[in-house]
Amino acid sequence: MKKNISSLVKNNSKFNYDLDLLKDMYKKMLLIRRFEEKAGQLYGMGKIGGFCHLYIGQEAVVVGIQSAQIDGDSIVTSYRDHGHMIACDMDPKGVMAELTGREDGYSKGKGGSMHMFSREKGFFGGHGIVAAQVPIGAGLAFAHKYNGNKNVCITYFGDGAANQGQVYESYNIASLWQLPVIFVIENNKYGMGTSVNRSSAGDNLSDRGKAYGIKSEIVDGMDIIAVREAAIKAIEYCRLGKGPYILEMKTYRYRGHSMSDPAKYRTRDEVEQIRKTSDPIENIKVLLNKMGVVDKVLKDIDVEIKSIIADAARFAQDSPEPSPSELYTDITIN
Amino acid sequence: MTIEILMPALSPTMEEGTLAKWLVNEGDSISSGDLIAEIETDKATMEVEAVDDGKIGQLLVPAGTEGVKVNTPIALLIDSNELPHTSIKTIADKPYLEKEKITTELKIDKPVTLEPNSSIITVREALRNAMAEEMRSDKKVFVMGEEVAEYQGAYKVTQGLLDEFGNKRVYDTPITEHGFAGIGIGAAFGNLKPIVEFMTFNFAMQAMDQIINSAAKTLYMSGGQMGCPIVFRGPNGAASRVAAQHSQCYASWYSHCPGLKVVSPWSSKDAKGLLKSAIRDPDPVIFLENEVMYGQSFSCPDDDDFLVPIGQANIEKEGSDVTIIAFSIMVGKSLEAADILNEKGIKAEVINLRSLRPLDIETIINSVKKTNRAVTCEEGFPFAGIGAEISAAINENAFDWLDAPVKRVTGKDVPMPYAANLEKLALPQVDDIVNACSEVCYKS
Repeated sequence: MKKNISSLVKNNSKFNYDLDLLKDMYKKMLLIRRFEEKAGQLYGMGKIGGFCHLYIGQEAVVVGIQSAQIDGDSIVTSYRDHGHMIACDMDPKGVMAELTGREDGYSKGKGGSMHMFSREKGFFGGHGIVAAQVPIGAGLAFAHKYNGNKNVCITYFGDGAANQGQVYESYNIASLWQLPVIFVIENNKYGMGTSVNRSSAGDNLSDRGKAYGIKSEIVDGMDIIAVREAAIKAIEYCRLGKGPYILEMKTYRYRGHSMSDPAKYRTRDEVEQIRKTSDPIENIKVLLNKMGVVDKVLKDIDVEIKSIIADAARFAQDSPEPSPSELYTDITIN
Repeated sequence: MTIEILMPALSPTMEEGTLAKWLVNEGDSISSGDLIAEIETDKATMEVEAVDDGKIGQLLVPAGTEGVKVNTPIALLIDSNELPHTSIKTIADKPYLEKEKITTELKIDKPVTLEPNSSIITVREALRNAMAEEMRSDKKVFVMGEEVAEYQGAYKVTQGLLDEFGNKRVYDTPITEHGFAGIGIGAAFGNLKPIVEFMTFNFAMQAMDQIINSAAKTLYMSGGQMGCPIVFRGPNGAASRVAAQHSQCYASWYSHCPGLKVVSPWSSKDAKGLLKSAIRDPDPVIFLENEVMYGQSFSCPDDDDFLVPIGQANIEKEGSDVTIIAFSIMVGKSLEAADILNEKGIKAEVINLRSLRPLDIETIINSVKKTNRAVTCEEGFPFAGIGAEISAAINENAFDWLDAPVKRVTGKDVPMPYAANLEKLALPQVDDIVNACSEVCYKS
């Protein structure tokens, strides 16, 4: 695994980083965490239906990578997608209103938790079928290359999806055609209830790119600086037209696979241990402290975030249900 | 001992070909595996290998001869110690090939009437012209699929596209339907207009999840944001003697799903006009071709802007006694049936659906209100098929006009058998259509 940058900097009193960026990343991670906590709460109250997959614990991955992107890059991910949307600056109100199935949701209430999109923000879903987004991401990268722009596509998928055949069909074509796609494996150790070692042969998921001549790196996904630095390198490589890149992010989800998962396949201790020792938000807090940001400032940020989330939750419950006439719209364009 | 070397069949549907070139001369000794001739079909030029050792006694068909039927003797192989010609005189004297049989024949029974501002071209050429014209006028249109570029298309539909448009517009893919269908869909989400060729729709089942879950449903699930302007095209339906896994009609599978448009041309005119409409359409379109139809010729408009609108059926033949509703290859069979019925005093109207979704119910219903009887024709299985849907639509919209229950002519409810006789039994034939029409007219 790549050296844990923040564990180095924790012991280095001279740690220095772009403070505004660090604060921004902290805000975004906190926004995602509070959003997901609220979504879990609303789910428990019956305000959100169906499947709802929370991103709590994995925030550093998407926020770190997003910090290395430029305008015009595209992003595509699985059904555990709320964090990615918030990282893309999609409005938490619109995301929450989609979760509650209301007309102001990003998909007018017709997509739900797993299916949201924003062309404007370069977010191409939100895909409910495990690994379906992987060839789609390669296709978005194909479009970037075809159009001759310098943009890349960040294609996220989990360790469970990493066993799907279409991932390797995509690796093969992406490498053959030198597509500007970064495959980000969010390895949170469990594909639903099955741990990686019970489902995936071989040592590391990222090793599987070698067969296709794709460069890869394993990154501590709980450490936002490590994530960002790895992303800068991978994205730069893709932008130069050198072809695809794989980043395997070692991360962890604190909650069950979905809201209805009691997570009996792991011990409470295991979760607690990770929370205590490698929580990504606690990690970045330490860095901010080192840069002289006092707790009072962090607390103010927390208050600001809580109010954004409270507004979003209110908005999502006040927004009306879609009109019955919406049933027959958006099936085809003409 | 003399062995006849026969014109080989180089594909399941090949009936004849051109003997382009002899690679041996009379008197040459050859061993099994030696190349002896080049043969051109409408799909490809292929080299023919000797399958026995011996000496070329006589070349029976001169190089350059077109329209040589499969199984025609093309040369004689003699023992290596025999002398060419003299020893085989008696055989060579036999009229193996009469001169008039060696001329090119149009592969249709009736002469084609050339319409104004049109040319007589095959369905294959019409499809290629449609793609080439759209690629010239819209830089976002590109083609991808197995063997579409350097090989010039497994069925030669994409012939010449690589030469004209280069490798930035025409892509050979690996044999990974699920993956490349998904990449095409991603490219369409990224505002390009891919034409994805499946070598046949049988292989598209590997890509079914991407076609249905990603291409068809995403517009709806995104509240209208994520259009997917993509065409999936390739041969569908029964080919010839390729058995169950390579011979199936998927019309009802795709037509079942909201979010897709499904079209299936019969003639060259349909092929060109519908494919151009499909490429210009902002929605995902499933374009079901038919391998057996590729080589058939029809009059086709030359105009670069000739379009057949999606969702519009065409009445190919007017009649007053029974409506035959068909698509793709079954349109031709229905027209043949209509001629036979005419001799029996039954005037059949033949509707070429052209689009299956959206279905032109209005044209069907108007016709049924006139004829009061309907027969549907398709190669697909009967259960939950296109005929079942049409029959329901007629019941819902024209029940009071019916003088007989709607009848379905379909492929049999069995996987496609390999044996020639069983395959023929499994597929709907002209006689089946004639019989069904006679029955609904109570004249059987």
